[in-house]
Order: sequence, then structure tokens, then C-alpha cells
Amino acid sequence: MKSLKKRELQSNAFLVAVSAVVLGLIAGALLMAVIGSNPFAGFWYLFRGSLMNIERIGNTLATATTLMLVGLSVAFAFRTGLFNIGASGQMLVGGLCATIVAHKVFLPRPLFLAVLIGSALAGGALWGVIPGFLKAKFNVHEVVATIMMNWIAYWSVYYFVPAYLKGPSLETESASIAVSQSLRTGWLTNLFNGSYMNLGFFIAIISVILIKFILDKTTLGFSLKAVGANRFCAEYAGIKVNRNVVISMMIAGGLAGLAGLSFYTGYSRNMQIGVLPSQGFDGIAVALLGASNPIGVFFSALFFGVLQSGKGFMNAMTSVPPEIADTIIAVIIYFTATSVLFKRFWDAVFKRRNNRVNPQEKSVETTPVKEEK
Amino acid sequence: MSHVIEMLNIRKEFPGIVANDDITLQVEQGEIHAILGENGAGKSTLMSILFGLYHADKGQIKVKGKEVRINDPNDANELGIGMVHQHFQLVQNFTVTENIILGKEGGFFLDRRTASKKIKDLSVKYGLNIDPNMVIDDITVGMQQRVEILKMLYRNAEILIFDEPTAVLTPQEIEDLMGIMRSLVAEGKSVILITHKLNEIKAVADRCTVIRRGKVIGVVDVKDTSTAKMASMMVGRPVSFKVDKKPAQVGRVILDIHDLKVMNSKKVLGVKDFSLSVKAGEIVGIAGVDGNGQTELIEAITGLREVESGSIIFDGNDITNADIRRRNEIGLGHIPEDRQKRGLVMSSTVFNNVAIKEYYHSPFSKRGILEAEYLREYAQKVVAQFDVRSGEGIFSLAGKLSGGNQQKLIVGREVVADPELLIAVQPTRGLDVGAIEYIHSQLVAHRDKGHAVLLVSFELDEIFNLSDRIAVMNSGELIDIVKTSETNEDEVGLMMAGVKQKEGEQ
Repeated sequence: MKSLKKRELQSNAFLVAVSAVVLGLIAGALLMAVIGSNPFAGFWYLFRGSLMNIERIGNTLATATTLMLVGLSVAFAFRTGLFNIGASGQMLVGGLCATIVAHKVFLPRPLFLAVLIGSALAGGALWGVIPGFLKAKFNVHEVVATIMMNWIAYWSVYYFVPAYLKGPSLETESASIAVSQSLRTGWLTNLFNGSYMNLGFFIAIISVILIKFILDKTTLGFSLKAVGANRFCAEYAGIKVNRNVVISMMIAGGLAGLAGLSFYTGYSRNMQIGVLPSQGFDGIAVALLGASNPIGVFFSALFFGVLQSGKGFMNAMTSVPPEIADTIIAVIIYFTATSVLFKRFWDAVFKRRNNRVNPQEKSVETTPVKEEK
Repeated sequence: MSHVIEMLNIRKEFPGIVANDDITLQVEQGEIHAILGENGAGKSTLMSILFGLYHADKGQIKVKGKEVRINDPNDANELGIGMVHQHFQLVQNFTVTENIILGKEGGFFLDRRTASKKIKDLSVKYGLNIDPNMVIDDITVGMQQRVEILKMLYRNAEILIFDEPTAVLTPQEIEDLMGIMRSLVAEGKSVILITHKLNEIKAVADRCTVIRRGKVIGVVDVKDTSTAKMASMMVGRPVSFKVDKKPAQVGRVILDIHDLKVMNSKKVLGVKDFSLSVKAGEIVGIAGVDGNGQTELIEAITGLREVESGSIIFDGNDITNADIRRRNEIGLGHIPEDRQKRGLVMSSTVFNNVAIKEYYHSPFSKRGILEAEYLREYAQKVVAQFDVRSGEGIFSLAGKLSGGNQQKLIVGREVVADPELLIAVQPTRGLDVGAIEYIHSQLVAHRDKGHAVLLVSFELDEIFNLSDRIAVMNSGELIDIVKTSETNEDEVGLMMAGVKQKEGEQ
């Protein structure tokens, strides 16, 4: 009975997400049709592009890894009532710290990986904790502060990379990290036929499990969620609201830092200057579709990873521009944000079915729930 | 007489609860018809259906004999149905006129003058005494309510629904409101009054439909029915209005406040040189009109507000600047004034809310990991003991509970924690007699266990019913402390107005 109730709730969020995805895909199909392309071919090549062979699957997973960690960062902050729009900056700083370590620190592999991960965590956490502190101490809104931090990170990288990490040929990007100093690893690369697949994927999965554990099972999660849901009640209950805001932003920043690690030392192995990573904002979409739930984030990141990594192939094989994939994502976000409509729709569907089961209820004049509103 | 409103065989279900079960309500033209019921009985649901906020699963609605479908509040307005909500729907920095014409502005150009003239006329006609050019921010709660009434009249409402209209008013404002209701029906309007306050029904209503647990228990003529009879219909058993109380067995001093000064949110002294002590085994009631420093005083004692100067000693410990958790730990319980803002996390489950003060220590958690099993058992205990009713038990979201059940949940959480000092602020605000009786008996039981209780209430009845001693507050100052047995409501009422009786003027 108890677990049944819980399952019902979860399936609701799941249904809403799936409805949003399906409608997003339909909207994408319509768009393709409108511009005169064949939607079936479009989707066929979109999904082939991300899943047709083991190498492409590896690339898709590597793309999803970064989205997963950023999505987790945004979702975690959101559960504490904070809107972390600064994941891009946290990614950059985490990635920069990791890139420095990858270039300058030489240690046995396990120890090296620990230092590498630690540096990205610390960099991201620092970039998260500053807005958290400003919010707690001076009530500076975290959206403003994190956007500022994004640009500080952007220009810091702009200065730092050419000054200290310059590659032999290009002024605008860092030297490539040696494979042995990156998150790539031989057996994974071989397993996925030389794709970008790297250890970041496992870091992401561990993070998902860890964050889920923190949120659901620990006193830390309890207090963070209480602050997020009603800070006045949390304060009344003796929970230190400000401290929780700082902790939450620190953890969220750390997660985004790990996303930077997976992207700059796993997926790409170098850092370009003058780019604010778009994953920082895509992560908001991932968190939204995943209903700010770690497991939801896991699946929505995989899905967005498929769209992101297949769009190039779709564009190459058909006349469909890659922006269609972005449009689909945007439409999905739109439908996720208006999820109340789906909830009403499914409620009405279930109700009708129940009425059919109990025939004595059938004769009753029911006022249908209005979907058009 | 004809029925202006008929709601026939209305049924409405929410997950796990039948809110309205075959309810029929017939309101006659030109009457004040009260709907009486406990919290969660289904009164508000029924009115929300009439006003188009919910849709009935079953049943029909007739307005002036014609069957209608009411899909949303606009439909209701067009049918001449207006509603004064418990929480006013006004734009704070707009004037009265602007608020009233909002949504009914007419053409492209605002014609404030005509509108304000019409509002003035309506105000005079019904004795509402409202200046159309005042800004909402600057007028009292009672006046804001009258603006809401004007809003309905401006839209030519024939049937006016009042949802718990007196919950936020002072006794004088309640009197005025009753007068307004009478003048409304004298002008041929019909009034539906949702309430659980029996004396108000007795004072103003013609007929009364009593609802209990979603069903109609009966329709009575108010003048032929005693309040005791209506109360027992509502609750389902005889109700006593007096609290049974043994004489206090007073022990040591638990709370000792010295020369306390506290700033209010406008940065002026809200509490001035306040000294008070509360002993184990007694209930001290703080009487006073709302806004005379009670909130600031309680927030200072509970740690929600900084103290300017003075000291708060709790059972020998100086807690003047202690953090809130420490106060909780040494035995300070607090039933907050605003249960939705402070008392509960509405979007969280009942069992999480029960644990919100204690989740961090054993046996609620061990080494930072929550003990889910214990949390649930504990919540189950509180819910069962305090008869908190909800659709899905401890798994319900607190926000889905009715107001009375939310309050019982908070009282349960605080009482079961067994604090040395329980601070109860407006513990029965907006509750029905059954729930009030229960909460009062729990507060007295807490006292009888040898604990101290500090009660803040704006209702003199409640202060007199429960308190062993009464401290009267006016403009942030303690006017006097008197024994309940040695005073009466008139004397306390005068002191609430700032008049010191025994010692004379200062």
C-alpha cells in the first residue's frame, strides 16, 4: 500500500516527462516536414548518428556524461531552492584546474586520478561557494551572482590558457593533454572502438547514486530540502538556512566542476578560450526534464546526449539542419514546464478508465476536466 | 420565497477523500444562509464548486431556478455570484478604486472618476465607509475586507459568499461586518456565510446548513436552535465550551524575561522593557490587540528575532542570543502564529514535517543517515494520538491537509516532544469548536504534567479559558499581570486599550 502510493507518484513524473519528449519529437517532425524534409529520414539519421555503432554509442555516452553532471548540479541546487545558472563557469574553472593538473602533475595513475578529480571538484566548488556565500551573507540573488561568476571564469580562462597552457600551434586553445594524463583509458577506448568514451561516465554514475543517497537518506539532504521547500519553516525548526545555502551551492559547484573535468580532460582533452560551454545551460533542461530527481537526470541526460550527438550525422545525411535537434530540446523544455497540463490529461484518462470499471458510476454526469485551459 | 441558489446532490472526490457526498444546499432570496462545519468537513470545497474553482463529479447547480454550468469564476461573476476569500486578493500598492475596477476597466481609457463616484455611492448605500482614493497598503485589514465586498457589489453581485470572514478581524470589526451583512440582505442581496463560529451564526444568520465529513447533517432555523445543538450537530457529539481545569500546581521559574527590548520590522522598538516570568505548571496568557508587540516578543524568545537589550533566562540558562536549535534542545516548544509560513513545509510529507525539528539526532537518524523506519513510526504515533486526518496518512503532503488538521499536526509535533516550556501563539486560529476543545485540553494537560505554557491569543475567551495568569500587552509594554481568578473581561479589555487599573497612571 505504502510503496504503491510512492510508485504512483513517481510514475506520474515519469509519464509527464515521456509525454513531453513524445510531443517534442512530434513537433520536431512537423518542423522537418514544414521545411520540406522527410521527418522519418531525419529521425532515422538522428538516432543512427548517435547509436548506429559501438563507437557512436561511446560518443553519445561521453556527451551524456557532461550533461548528466551539469544536470545533477542544477537539480541539486534546485532542491535547495536555488537556481544555479552558473554551471558554465563552474565547469570552466573545474576544467581549468583539471587541465593544469593534467599538464603539470605526474603521479602513479590511481593517485593521479584522485588529484585530477579532486582539483576539478575543488575548482567547481569554489566557483559555487562564492555565490552561495554572497547569497547567505548579503542576500545577493544567486542568479545574478552565478552569471557574474560565469564571466569571471570565461575571462580567467581567456587569460590563463594562452599564458600558461598554450599549445604548439594554436593561440586559442590549450595544448592537448596526453591520453595517459586524461580520463581516457585504454580498455574503454578499445571497448568503444576508439570513441571519446572516458572514465567520466563512471564518475557521473557514482555522482548520481551519491546525490540520490544524500537527498533521500541523509540528514544533510533533509535539511537542504527543508530549506529549499520553506526556508521560514526550516529557520523555525532550528535549521541554519544560510549554512545550507552555502553547502548546497558548494556541492552543486563541485558537480559542475566534475562536468568540466569530464568534458575538458575526457571528451576533448584541451580547452578553447572564448567559449562559455553551452552544456552549462543545457543542464538546466536536463534537470527540468528529470524533475530534479537524480535518476530522472540520469535518463534525461542520456536522451539529450542522443539528440546532441546525432544531430551532426542527421545534418550530413539529410537536408535537416542540426538546429532542429536544438528545437526539439526547446520544445521538450516547453512541454516539461507546462507539465500541469499533462498531469490533468492523465488524471482525466485514468478517471475515465476507473468509471468504466465501476459501471454504477458510469451513468453519473461528470464534468470533464478542461484540457484546453 | 424562491431559491436563489440550489446545489443539488453535489459529490466531489479528492484522492482518498470524499469531500462532498450528496450535498444539497438551498439558499433563499434575501437570507443570510450559514454553512457550518468543522475544518475539512467540505464547506470550502462546496463553495469552490459554486464559484467555479472546482468541478463537481456529480450533481447540478441552479441559479434562480435555471440549471447552470459554472466553469470558472468568470461564469460565477456573470451569474451574480461573488466571493470574499479568506485571503484577500488585492494589489497592495493600488488604490481602492484601481483594485475594484481591475478586470472591469471598460474601454481603452481609464475612467477613474466615474468609477470612484460609483464606488463612493455603493460605499454610502451599504454603510461600508471606504474612501475610494486610499491605497490598500495604508488601510486596515477590516477595511480591505470591505473593499473586497465593494468589488463584488461593483460587479453587481446578487449572491455574496463570505469564506470565514471574521478570522482576521478584531471584535469591533466583526460587529461592523455583521451590520454590513444585514444591510446587504435588506437591499435584497443574498449572503452565504461559511464559518465554524457559532456565535456569529447566532448573531446574524437566518438559516444554517450543517455539514459533517462531507455530508449534510441538517438545515436549521437559527433563531429556534441553540448554539449547543448546532455545535453537537457539527461535531457529532456534545461539546463543552468551558475547559476543565484543576488549580495550578506551580513549580520553579522556567522562563524569566528581564527588561527586554526588541525592534520590530520597521526598526522601532516593538517590545519595550518587557519583564515576565513563567513557572512550571502554569499557563500564562498574553492578552492584547494584534500588533502590540506580541509577535516581536515571541520571536525574541524563540530566537527568530534579535534582541536589542535585556535578557531571556530559560531554566537557569541564558538564551538571549542562543541559536534556535539550542533553544529547541533545552526544551522550548513553539506553536507558531502562521502555520503555513512557519509551521509546516507544505510540499513535504506529514512524516517529514513531524521530524523537522529532531531529524538530526538519534533515534531519528544515526551518523547522518535518517532512520526512515523510526521516522514513520514516530509520525504514525503523533498522527494517531492527535487524530490528524488526511487522505494518505503520514504520506500525505502537509499542504493537502485541511487547516484544522495542519494545526493538529503542529500541536502534536510540539506536545509529543514534551518541552519544558510550550509557547502557543494563536493555537486555535481558524479552527472549529471540536478542534479547539481538543487543543485546549492538550495545552492544559501539558501544564498538568508540570510544564510551563505561554499562550498568546487575540481572543479574550481563549485567554480566560486557559490562563492561570494574564499578562496584558499594549504598544510593546507590559501593562499588568493579573490572576485570572481575580479579574474579568472588562478589566482586561481596558488594560488592552492601555489603561492601567490598579496602580493608576504612571
